[in-house]
Amino acid sequence: MNKKSIFFKDSAFKYLVGGSSLIVVAFFVMIFVMLAVRSYPSMANDPLMIFGSTWDVNSGLYGGIPAILGTLASSAIAVALAVPISLGMSVFFTEYAPRRVRAALSIVIDMLATIPSVIFGIWGLWIVAPLVKTYVQDPIVGSIGFIPLFSGPAYGLSLFLASLVLTFMIVPIISSLTISLLSTTPVELREAMISLGATRWEVVRHVALPFSKLGIFASIILALGRALGETMAVTMVIGNSFIWPFSSISLFSPASTITSKIASELYEAVDVLHVSSLVELGLILLVITLLVNSSARLVITRISRRNASG
Amino acid sequence: MFLSDSKGISKILGIGIVAVVLVAAGLIYYTQSMGAEQPATITAGGASFPYPLISKWVSEYNKLHPAVQITYQSVGSGAGQNGLFAKTFDFAGSDAPLKDSQMEQNPGILHIPETGGGIVVAYNIPNIGSGMNLTADVIAKIFQGNITKWNAPEIAAINPALTLPDLNIVVIRRSDSSGTTNGFTSYLKNASSVWILGSGTTVNWPVGIGASGNSGVASTLQQTPGGVGYLEFFYAKNNSIPFAKVMNRNGQFVEPTLTSISGALGAAAPLLSSDVRASVVNMPGDGVYPISVFTYILVYKDLSYMPEAKAKAVANFLWWIIHDGQSYSESLLYPRLPSSVVTVAEANLKQLTYNGRPLL
Repeated sequence: MNKKSIFFKDSAFKYLVGGSSLIVVAFFVMIFVMLAVRSYPSMANDPLMIFGSTWDVNSGLYGGIPAILGTLASSAIAVALAVPISLGMSVFFTEYAPRRVRAALSIVIDMLATIPSVIFGIWGLWIVAPLVKTYVQDPIVGSIGFIPLFSGPAYGLSLFLASLVLTFMIVPIISSLTISLLSTTPVELREAMISLGATRWEVVRHVALPFSKLGIFASIILALGRALGETMAVTMVIGNSFIWPFSSISLFSPASTITSKIASELYEAVDVLHVSSLVELGLILLVITLLVNSSARLVITRISRRNASG
Repeated sequence: MFLSDSKGISKILGIGIVAVVLVAAGLIYYTQSMGAEQPATITAGGASFPYPLISKWVSEYNKLHPAVQITYQSVGSGAGQNGLFAKTFDFAGSDAPLKDSQMEQNPGILHIPETGGGIVVAYNIPNIGSGMNLTADVIAKIFQGNITKWNAPEIAAINPALTLPDLNIVVIRRSDSSGTTNGFTSYLKNASSVWILGSGTTVNWPVGIGASGNSGVASTLQQTPGGVGYLEFFYAKNNSIPFAKVMNRNGQFVEPTLTSISGALGAAAPLLSSDVRASVVNMPGDGVYPISVFTYILVYKDLSYMPEAKAKAVANFLWWIIHDGQSYSESLLYPRLPSSVVTVAEANLKQLTYNGRPLL
């Protein structure tokens, strides 16, 4: 009797946890199927139209390349800016910061990670935009504006500003993970290095960073995923224009991302083709994130296998 | 012992009396409200532009008719239309009238003009306040990027009194699909031969930055010297953002005010009586502000698909908003419907039926 009840409890538990993981899979499949079904009208109409450069609802043209490139560019720039900042902060935190500074810093990082994106958007729109326009964009346009990548006019709201706001949003993700990774560096290795006369920089460079590099890489991919999908803050600061990158390649030009396009137009879209093209953009974003994640997984398994064999 | 007992009894007695009084009062209230009106719960939604006014109407109407509960969700015209088609909304608010194709797919829908609005061309030019003169062609050229400086000769020619600065124009427009964009572009399409972007809730803007909602355009405008954008009249007025006088069909530069917008709506009444969905931008008339539009309530002509009490409540509420409800418009900076338009709206509402019998 007792044995039986234990057996029953055990198998019930097994099905319970198995069921929970099944729900996650089911959700993913449902979202994927929903996007595929709802974007069918646009794919059936013209499968290549979404890869055009013009989005003109009045003429029934739904080319999404500027939004797709805007998504990729803003996320890539944000990651490129966020990685050095986060690594620098993490190394300072684990190697140099006095205990009190460390406590304060960790509170700030945690709080930064919990700020809702709409707040980042307001801050970007009201505070950062005018500052960036006056102190970054205007001087750069004035001096090297002849280079197409930095040409004016400077509006404030731009691809560059969106990347900057995204940077601030993903720095806490990368740095909080990196800090916890760096602080797990085995003490023996560290002490061995120091006993050999290594400087702090050498300890970081040859022990701490190599030891955590897989985890850091994974945190960067996580942050990239966040940047690719971020909607609210980006919509508020990117300027929502399709002129980038075909009419103007400038980083200071207003641009558009997949999520900002969907958020801006979906509610009022009436035409079936319009709606399904927006959904198709969403499908493309999902595929991009899947590609990013699976290639990251591939890199991680390859590196860890090489490390194991070497 | 005796004392405490009597205390207990009087306590119970007290509670009993209070309960009886409450129940009686409740019954009286209930039977009274029952006598006046059947309870009904109406769910509606749509355009965000008339939302503040509709909220006011809903709360005022509820004071007069406590049995009727109305909710209006500010979800946007497109979502409102879809909600009405699916019959999840009992009526919908829409800034744009239905297109012919939508009318064919969903026959039997009435358009009731319930209020209107003016769309102003707002700007941020240092040292220049409200009242710059603009024409349709100049506005079209500015928003298409053909005029790029505030001191361009075409602007200076119609503003001899102003000292215009050598400042780049930054076009700020809506990034979200919006009835405001539809009204603004419809006006330009109607009034200017140089406008090539067509009209609609979104168009393919060649220049400028897109901001979300009236609030997004306004805040971007306020921090962008040289900026120009289009806003709902009440939004620009409430936030003290300078806006332009626009030349109307009679060749006058007209300042947008509740009177000049209401005048435009009145001038459109003859058009409405033949086709309620007619475009009403750029109306001729003295002192008429040309970028004025209606916003509509959409409702099915035959309400037999809902309970009778609800159908009656919908009809009575809509009748009330085009009459008594109009007295709340001006304090919220919406134009009052001119009597000529009220007549058209009345004629449309009288087509509402329930099982073949008229509801009004």
